[in-house]
Amino acid sequence: MIHRECGVLKTTYEADMAFYPLPIARWTVAALGVVFFVVIPFTLHEYFLSVANLVWIAVIGALGLNILVGYTGQVSIGHGAFMSVGAYTAANLANRLDSPWPLNLLAGGLMAALIGAVVGIPSLRIKGLYLAIATLAGQLIIEWTINHVTFISGGVQASIEVARPRLGPLVLSSQRDMYYFLLFFVVLAIVGTMNLMRTRVGRAFIAIRDQDIAAEIIGINIFRYKLLAFAISSFYAGVTGVLYTYFLGIANYEQFQIGVSIDYLAMIIIGGLGSVLGSIFGAAFVTLLPIVIRYAMEAFGGVFLEQQTVLNLIPNLRLMMFGALIIFFLIVEPEGLNRLWRNIRSYFRVWPFAY
Amino acid sequence: MKRYLAMTTALMLAASSLLGAAPSFAQSKGEIVIGLQCDRTGATQIVGTVLCPGFHDYVALVNSKGGVEGRMLKVLEIDHEYKVPPGVEAYERHKKDGAVSMAIYGTPHIYALAAKLTEDRIPGTSPGFGSAAAADGQRYPYIFPIAATYWSQGAAAVEFVKKQLGGSLRGKKIAYIFYDNPAGREPIEVIEDLAEREGFQLKTFAVPPPGVEMGAQVLDIAQRFRADFVIAHLFGGAPSVSIKEFKRVGYPLRKVVSFVWGAAEANIDGAGGFGVAEGYYAMQFAGVGKDYPVLNEIREMYKKQGKPAPKEMDSTVFYNRGVLIGALHVEAIRNALKAKPDGKITGEDVKKGFEKINNFTLGGLVPPLKVTSTDHEGGGLVQIWQVKDGKFVKVTDWFAAYQGVVAKHIKEAGKK
Repeated sequence: MIHRECGVLKTTYEADMAFYPLPIARWTVAALGVVFFVVIPFTLHEYFLSVANLVWIAVIGALGLNILVGYTGQVSIGHGAFMSVGAYTAANLANRLDSPWPLNLLAGGLMAALIGAVVGIPSLRIKGLYLAIATLAGQLIIEWTINHVTFISGGVQASIEVARPRLGPLVLSSQRDMYYFLLFFVVLAIVGTMNLMRTRVGRAFIAIRDQDIAAEIIGINIFRYKLLAFAISSFYAGVTGVLYTYFLGIANYEQFQIGVSIDYLAMIIIGGLGSVLGSIFGAAFVTLLPIVIRYAMEAFGGVFLEQQTVLNLIPNLRLMMFGALIIFFLIVEPEGLNRLWRNIRSYFRVWPFAY
Repeated sequence: MKRYLAMTTALMLAASSLLGAAPSFAQSKGEIVIGLQCDRTGATQIVGTVLCPGFHDYVALVNSKGGVEGRMLKVLEIDHEYKVPPGVEAYERHKKDGAVSMAIYGTPHIYALAAKLTEDRIPGTSPGFGSAAAADGQRYPYIFPIAATYWSQGAAAVEFVKKQLGGSLRGKKIAYIFYDNPAGREPIEVIEDLAEREGFQLKTFAVPPPGVEMGAQVLDIAQRFRADFVIAHLFGGAPSVSIKEFKRVGYPLRKVVSFVWGAAEANIDGAGGFGVAEGYYAMQFAGVGKDYPVLNEIREMYKKQGKPAPKEMDSTVFYNRGVLIGALHVEAIRNALKAKPDGKITGEDVKKGFEKINNFTLGGLVPPLKVTSTDHEGGGLVQIWQVKDGKFVKVTDWFAAYQGVVAKHIKEAGKK
């Protein structure tokens, strides 16, 4: 191959702790940066940017859930509800106090973190499926509360409109503006998660996931770190909710119902538990696959069948194909798309040799 | 392992090339594009699987007769599973393909797209659902309910109950049973207002989602509260359950009137058929049944093509609503084209076209709407039909009630 992995000598601690010790990795990341920041927004139609925006929102949410489920080993079916906490906090602040969006974003994240930590309290006593049910209860309670307390929901319609975010004199309203707005936070979330996992806190999370009794014995404060994991994960969820609210211009509780929590769980399981790249793959996969399938069906469906039948068939077949492909990928690689990608990479690394 | 890898790599490559190479449904010049969001899968699929064919058939009929002002129409349909992100994606796709008007489907979707529709200046319709406050054309210039909103439906229901109970509601007891979500709670404020005005006692009964368990509420209505009349506002499979439960506790169904989403053949069939639901009153924003000239024309069109009429036409409530929605979009486009002889119409022109719709009835299938730049609801007209002898029978003609009260609520919502 064109690059060499040998001969990379590290002479300083900084070099040893770098994100990407290999030059090729640095080039790749730089190239990806150029593609995502320059090439894509300037060449693609707004429609594709809107799809990308949906992916970006999902990426941040999936990263947050992966911190909790993938890295700390605590199952949560309440992610959608934590998003709604962030969304409604921001929407209320924006409408009642007219506060600027960065403040609302932070407040939404912190409020979600607080509520998330409270919902996470049962995790100190229960694990696995039991915890899943406890967080499910959290989801339903939060949904009910937002639905019924008009102080939070702003009326029976449970939807609060927010103005578009402003950046100085600039009003961010087009999909291209939103693309940069969201991408900024995606980068922040990715770098934040990668760094978090290299710190003492991140290692404590992983220790708890692998064996919590052992972790406690070596001196990790389980109480603190489990709640911290819930808080950080919910912070991400809250931020996702706020970004979604600004993206749509409205906070509406029906956008954060239980199905959303399940979707996010699906993303990280398909993408790969306990990996940053996996969260990105999973979010992109779940968001894009239905769209790709629809394009394919539109292109080829009309060849065999009548238009009216195709229209009725597309949505149903799409659901079936979506399910089948998820099963297929999980059979091929139970550890998710991230592992699949690493296998492909290591295969080509020694290519044309077998090992 | 190696084979798997090769296979998946190939698959991924195929997928990515597909995404790149997929045709963008390039529209031929002169075609006018309408975006249609559908729910053929998902929570309310009993509606979407019948309503959307109605929309398509009407547009096909118009095209078969030479189009609108000589221009052909093209409907692009996207199914969103009643989820919001696919709805947003569908909207952007339609925008990319040049849609000048959008038929949105779903209350959360119209909320999510409200800001975008206004910014992009493309009119979107939300017939029979969505925010009642959107009837205010000044505040939501690009959203068109074009059918009775939940507030108008609530007012009409109270008016109907008043007539059924002999012209006065003083001292009567009315139960309001609703699906416990924002759409279900929306009419309460109007009905409460009317309770004060008309002097009846109102009690609300919430049915928690997914709306399949309401035995306790129905029993309470029938035996403890002993309601003189019931107004029901349920969705999806819930109306069928409510009919069954009322039947079970022996509450007469001729004292139940349902809002528009519990009013279709599918709801009655789900409860066990028309025999079971005898007496049940259902509110409609489109005509019911097969006896409308436009439906005959659609059947003729199929006959000419040598095909049988689609089976969706048997489910007349939702099918006719699809025809109604399609027809109103076509009328708006027709008005827009008339105003612009050069034929280059944008969403803004179609918006003005919607605001010119006046007394367009399609042989009785569509109420005599009058949409204006301030009233995007068009009057809030409904009909009440009753289940009688195995079919729906018309009980009242088009009517709207307590318009002053509804207008007051719209005005108050506008101040928020």
